[in-house]
Amino acid sequence: MEIKVLGPGCPKCKQTEQNVKDAVAETGVDATVEKVTDIMEIAGYGVFGTPSVIIDGEVKSVGKIPGKEEIKTWIAK
Amino acid sequence: MVDECCTPEGNIMILVCSGGSNVGQLSNQAAIELTQEGFGKMFCLAGIGGHLGGFVQSAKDVPAVVAIDGCEVGCAKAILEHTEIPTKNYMVLTDLGIEKNKDFNLKAEDIKKVKAAVRSVCE
Repeated sequence: MEIKVLGPGCPKCKQTEQNVKDAVAETGVDATVEKVTDIMEIAGYGVFGTPSVIIDGEVKSVGKIPGKEEIKTWIAK
Repeated sequence: MVDECCTPEGNIMILVCSGGSNVGQLSNQAAIELTQEGFGKMFCLAGIGGHLGGFVQSAKDVPAVVAIDGCEVGCAKAILEHTEIPTKNYMVLTDLGIEKNKDFNLKAEDIKKVKAAVRSVCE
Protein backbone atom coordinates (compact mmCIF):
# COMPACT_ATOMS: atom_id res chain seq x y z
CA MET A 1 0.00 0.00 0.00
CA GLU A 2 1.26 3.46 -0.92
CA ILE A 3 0.20 6.40 1.23
CA LYS A 4 1.03 9.99 0.37
CA VAL A 5 0.53 12.97 2.65
CA LEU A 6 0.39 16.19 0.66
CA GLY A 7 1.48 19.39 2.36
CA PRO A 8 4.28 21.89 2.21
CA GLY A 9 5.11 21.50 5.88
CA CYS A 10 2.91 23.41 8.30
CA PRO A 11 1.84 21.96 11.69
CA LYS A 12 -1.43 20.56 10.27
CA CYS A 13 0.48 18.70 7.56
CA LYS A 14 2.95 17.33 10.09
CA GLN A 15 0.16 16.21 12.39
CA THR A 16 -1.56 14.45 9.51
CA GLU A 17 1.65 12.66 8.59
CA GLN A 18 2.10 11.57 12.19
CA ASN A 19 -1.50 10.30 12.41
CA VAL A 20 -0.97 8.29 9.24
CA LYS A 21 2.26 6.79 10.53
CA ASP A 22 0.65 5.93 13.86
CA ALA A 23 -2.32 4.28 12.13
CA VAL A 24 0.00 2.22 9.94
CA ALA A 25 2.12 1.17 12.93
CA GLU A 26 -0.89 0.21 15.05
CA THR A 27 -2.60 -1.82 12.34
CA GLY A 28 0.57 -3.45 11.08
CA VAL A 29 -0.41 -2.82 7.48
CA ASP A 30 2.39 -3.12 4.95
CA ALA A 31 2.52 0.44 3.67
CA THR A 32 4.94 3.11 2.65
CA VAL A 33 4.25 6.67 3.82
CA GLU A 34 5.59 9.49 1.70
CA LYS A 35 5.38 13.19 2.48
CA VAL A 36 4.90 15.26 -0.68
CA THR A 37 5.98 18.87 -0.30
CA ASP A 38 6.48 19.92 -3.91
CA ILE A 39 3.75 22.41 -4.80
CA MET A 40 3.55 21.37 -8.45
CA GLU A 41 3.24 17.71 -7.54
CA ILE A 42 0.54 18.56 -5.00
CA ALA A 43 -1.32 20.61 -7.60
CA GLY A 44 -1.32 17.58 -9.88
CA TYR A 45 -3.73 15.85 -7.53
CA GLY A 46 -6.33 18.59 -8.03
CA VAL A 47 -6.83 19.22 -4.35
CA PHE A 48 -8.31 22.47 -3.04
CA GLY A 49 -5.95 22.62 -0.10
CA THR A 50 -3.70 20.71 2.20
CA PRO A 51 -3.11 18.56 4.14
CA SER A 52 -4.41 15.82 1.88
CA VAL A 53 -4.09 12.07 2.15
CA ILE A 54 -3.81 9.80 -0.89
CA ILE A 55 -3.98 6.02 -0.55
CA ASP A 56 -3.03 3.94 -3.57
CA GLY A 57 -3.88 6.89 -5.79
CA GLU A 58 -7.27 7.59 -4.23
CA VAL A 59 -7.79 10.97 -2.54
CA LYS A 60 -9.21 10.24 0.90
CA SER A 61 -9.22 13.64 2.60
CA VAL A 62 -8.54 17.26 1.73
CA GLY A 63 -7.85 20.32 3.85
CA LYS A 64 -8.26 18.72 7.24
CA ILE A 65 -6.43 16.53 9.73
CA PRO A 66 -7.96 13.04 9.60
CA GLY A 67 -8.03 11.23 12.91
CA LYS A 68 -6.04 8.08 13.47
CA GLU A 69 -9.16 5.91 13.74
CA GLU A 70 -10.55 7.26 10.49
CA ILE A 71 -7.25 6.54 8.76
CA LYS A 72 -7.36 2.99 10.09
CA THR A 73 -10.67 2.42 8.31
CA TRP A 74 -9.04 3.52 5.06
CA ILE A 75 -6.08 1.18 5.35
CA ALA A 76 -7.84 -1.82 6.86
CA LYS A 77 -7.38 -4.95 4.78
CA MET B 1 -4.48 25.58 -6.94
CA VAL B 2 -2.63 24.92 -3.72
CA ASP B 3 -0.92 28.25 -3.22
CA GLU B 4 -0.49 28.20 0.51
CA CYS B 5 0.21 25.73 3.25
CA CYS B 6 -3.02 24.33 4.62
CA THR B 7 -6.59 25.25 3.77
CA PRO B 8 -7.56 28.40 5.67
CA GLU B 9 -10.35 27.99 8.19
CA GLY B 10 -13.76 29.04 6.88
CA ASN B 11 -12.66 29.21 3.28
CA ILE B 12 -15.57 29.19 0.84
CA MET B 13 -15.23 27.14 -2.31
CA ILE B 14 -16.81 28.94 -5.28
CA LEU B 15 -18.11 26.69 -8.06
CA VAL B 16 -19.64 28.23 -11.17
CA CYS B 17 -21.03 26.88 -14.43
CA SER B 18 -18.85 29.21 -16.56
CA GLY B 19 -21.24 28.45 -19.40
CA GLY B 20 -21.37 29.73 -22.99
CA SER B 21 -23.73 32.63 -22.47
CA ASN B 22 -23.63 36.04 -20.83
CA VAL B 23 -24.92 34.64 -17.54
CA GLY B 24 -22.45 31.73 -17.63
CA GLN B 25 -19.59 34.14 -18.14
CA LEU B 26 -21.01 36.49 -15.53
CA SER B 27 -20.81 33.65 -13.04
CA ASN B 28 -17.21 33.10 -14.09
CA GLN B 29 -16.22 36.75 -13.80
CA ALA B 30 -17.94 37.12 -10.45
CA ALA B 31 -16.08 34.07 -9.14
CA ILE B 32 -12.78 35.52 -10.30
CA GLU B 33 -13.41 38.85 -8.65
CA LEU B 34 -14.74 37.33 -5.43
CA THR B 35 -11.59 35.22 -5.24
CA GLN B 36 -9.42 38.29 -5.82
CA GLU B 37 -11.35 40.13 -3.12
CA GLY B 38 -10.69 37.30 -0.66
CA PHE B 39 -14.33 36.29 -0.25
CA GLY B 40 -13.62 32.70 -1.21
CA LYS B 41 -11.68 30.65 -3.68
CA MET B 42 -12.82 29.66 -7.15
CA PHE B 43 -12.39 25.97 -7.86
CA CYS B 44 -12.65 23.81 -10.97
CA LEU B 45 -16.18 22.53 -11.53
CA ALA B 46 -14.94 20.76 -14.66
CA GLY B 47 -12.68 18.59 -12.52
CA ILE B 48 -15.64 17.64 -10.36
CA GLY B 49 -17.74 16.97 -13.46
CA GLY B 50 -14.97 14.69 -14.69
CA HIS B 51 -15.22 12.78 -11.41
CA LEU B 52 -11.52 13.37 -10.72
CA GLY B 53 -10.89 12.17 -7.19
CA GLY B 54 -8.98 15.17 -5.87
CA PHE B 55 -11.60 17.62 -7.06
CA VAL B 56 -14.59 15.65 -5.81
CA GLN B 57 -13.08 14.94 -2.41
CA SER B 58 -12.04 18.58 -2.06
CA ALA B 59 -15.62 19.73 -2.55
CA LYS B 60 -16.87 17.16 -0.06
CA ASP B 61 -14.35 18.12 2.62
CA VAL B 62 -14.40 21.91 2.39
CA PRO B 63 -16.51 23.57 5.11
CA ALA B 64 -18.56 25.74 2.73
CA VAL B 65 -19.44 25.64 -0.96
CA VAL B 66 -21.37 28.16 -3.02
CA ALA B 67 -22.59 26.97 -6.41
CA ILE B 68 -23.69 29.37 -9.11
CA ASP B 69 -25.54 28.58 -12.31
CA GLY B 70 -26.06 31.16 -15.02
CA CYS B 71 -29.48 29.87 -16.01
CA GLU B 72 -32.21 27.49 -14.96
CA VAL B 73 -30.72 24.60 -16.95
CA GLY B 74 -28.68 24.09 -13.79
CA CYS B 75 -25.52 22.40 -15.05
CA ALA B 76 -23.51 23.18 -11.92
CA LYS B 77 -26.27 21.87 -9.71
CA ALA B 78 -26.54 18.70 -11.77
CA ILE B 79 -22.82 18.05 -11.51
CA LEU B 80 -22.93 18.45 -7.76
CA GLU B 81 -25.92 16.12 -7.52
CA HIS B 82 -24.17 13.46 -9.60
CA THR B 83 -21.15 13.62 -7.34
CA GLU B 84 -23.24 13.78 -4.15
CA ILE B 85 -21.87 17.12 -3.03
CA PRO B 86 -24.35 19.10 -0.91
CA THR B 87 -25.44 22.45 -2.37
CA LYS B 88 -26.64 24.47 0.59
CA ASN B 89 -25.60 27.79 -0.95
CA TYR B 90 -26.94 27.89 -4.48
CA MET B 91 -28.16 30.55 -6.88
CA VAL B 92 -29.21 31.05 -10.49
CA LEU B 93 -28.30 34.34 -12.16
CA THR B 94 -31.42 34.61 -14.32
CA ASP B 95 -33.37 34.65 -11.04
CA LEU B 96 -31.71 38.02 -10.41
CA GLY B 97 -33.51 39.43 -13.43
CA ILE B 98 -30.55 39.18 -15.77
CA GLU B 99 -31.69 38.00 -19.18
CA LYS B 100 -29.76 35.17 -20.79
CA ASN B 101 -28.23 35.96 -24.17
CA LYS B 102 -25.05 35.60 -26.20
CA ASP B 103 -23.68 39.06 -25.58
CA PHE B 104 -20.31 38.50 -23.97
CA ASN B 105 -19.72 42.17 -23.34
CA LEU B 106 -20.39 41.82 -19.64
CA LYS B 107 -21.78 44.83 -17.83
CA ALA B 108 -20.03 46.06 -14.71
CA GLU B 109 -23.37 46.64 -13.02
CA ASP B 110 -24.36 43.00 -13.60
CA ILE B 111 -21.06 41.72 -12.21
CA LYS B 112 -21.56 43.91 -9.15
CA LYS B 113 -25.12 42.61 -8.73
CA VAL B 114 -24.00 39.00 -8.98
CA LYS B 115 -21.19 39.44 -6.46
CA ALA B 116 -23.55 41.05 -3.97
CA ALA B 117 -26.03 38.21 -4.44
CA VAL B 118 -23.36 35.58 -3.90
CA ARG B 119 -22.23 37.27 -0.70
CA SER B 120 -25.84 37.44 0.43
CA VAL B 121 -26.64 33.77 -0.24
CA CYS B 122 -23.64 32.74 1.85
CA GLU B 123 -24.69 34.71 4.92
